[in-house]
Amino acid sequence: MLAKRIIPCLDVDHGRVKKGVNFVHLTDVGDPVAIAAAYEKQGADELVFLDITATNEKRPAIVDTIEKVAGQVFMPLTVGGGIHSVDDMQRLLKAGADKVALNSAAVRDPSLISKGAEKFGAQCMVLAIDSKWDPDQKRYRVYINGGREATDLDVIEWAKQGVSAGAGELMVTSMDKDGTKTGFDIPLYQTLTAAVNVPIIASGGCGRVSDFNAVFKQTDVDAALAASVFHFGEFTIPTVKQALKKDGVTVR
Amino acid sequence: MIAIIDYDTGNTRNVKKAMDFLAIPNTLSADPAVISAADGLILPGVGAFGKAVEALQERELIPVIKQAAKKGTPILGICLGMQLLFDRSFEFGETAGLGLIPGEVVAIPEDLGVKVPHMGWDSNIVTQKDSIANGFDQEATYFVHSYYVKTQPQYILAESDYGVKIPSIVRNQNVIGMQFHPEKSGRIGLNGLAAFKELVSNGNYSRN
Repeated sequence: MLAKRIIPCLDVDHGRVKKGVNFVHLTDVGDPVAIAAAYEKQGADELVFLDITATNEKRPAIVDTIEKVAGQVFMPLTVGGGIHSVDDMQRLLKAGADKVALNSAAVRDPSLISKGAEKFGAQCMVLAIDSKWDPDQKRYRVYINGGREATDLDVIEWAKQGVSAGAGELMVTSMDKDGTKTGFDIPLYQTLTAAVNVPIIASGGCGRVSDFNAVFKQTDVDAALAASVFHFGEFTIPTVKQALKKDGVTVR
Repeated sequence: MIAIIDYDTGNTRNVKKAMDFLAIPNTLSADPAVISAADGLILPGVGAFGKAVEALQERELIPVIKQAAKKGTPILGICLGMQLLFDRSFEFGETAGLGLIPGEVVAIPEDLGVKVPHMGWDSNIVTQKDSIANGFDQEATYFVHSYYVKTQPQYILAESDYGVKIPSIVRNQNVIGMQFHPEKSGRIGLNGLAAFKELVSNGNYSRN
């Protein structure tokens, strides 16, 4: 049986991990290679790198970062942020990424998903979606540009559309939960997992170890992503995995 | 020297990175002369079976690989590279493989309530003691595939249970296959690559 995956997410700016990671023994808190290696040692199942570099001319830095990380760390690597073309995807995959995540660019041009899937296979294509509940319309709406801009797209419909275009996985962030540390957005993932049949990564809201138990026990998501709780050492991946194992959840 | 066969498939460079990390001498090559002269071969592979066979044909590598297998050179096929070692595949119609291990490649049934592709960390059950499968029992490795191999138990060293039993490590004398990605499976995966290197160095090409 497949293990449920625990995925730390690193924000990378100009080839450095933004805000850094607060681990013991880590001398350079912003070095992506050292941080990735530390997470591998902890038992992370995959790493997500989000390129938050604001200026286009500095973008190639992420390719270099992935090239270096992939030479030292041997687990699946996913890269998102600033991917606008099949060429962008190719550069990252060639550098050692296993998957690329598309967000706003896929909303603007949905054919990017199918073009990527045709060339590299659906297993390489992750559709990242930022979701926010609209209380008036009683539905989840898709946001783009780092959550700054609302679209009229419905999250569930967009997820289905993305999967039929060739997305092999969905990484869905609940903006309602992100940063609140009150747990993952259970109803969102229950609805999503019932609607599509590809792996789903839950993201946003985790603050306690038990939040991981809740999302894996109450929904069919395949993976859970977190950043600050791991980066600032609030708890570790082995702690999470032990708690999951005790609860009967298959982990590695 | 171990040659990693370079035929324009996705994960070739990650295999090289893992070999470099392990400080195992290796070269990435599509040159029949280099491949014929190598002490060991790695056949990586990501994508569709038919296209991979075409890519090998274009580079005139099929007779070279078959010849190497015949003279006892250890060969390690990874993921699609493992599937290519078998007689035939039914991915997008029937395509002949290298025929180095008896068996065929079929789709993972979708009616078992499992998601296809089989993607993620799944555990291995070792079914036959062998230096290549050493340490893999109950350990999870990283899989990404929609097709799997059907072969005789005598060729299976380890398997993974995904509704169907998926052979995860196979071997026929000097020809070895790993369905998962050892280059993406952390320490245990690297151990698998190191075990292959040992086999190449020892010149111990036949089993038992």
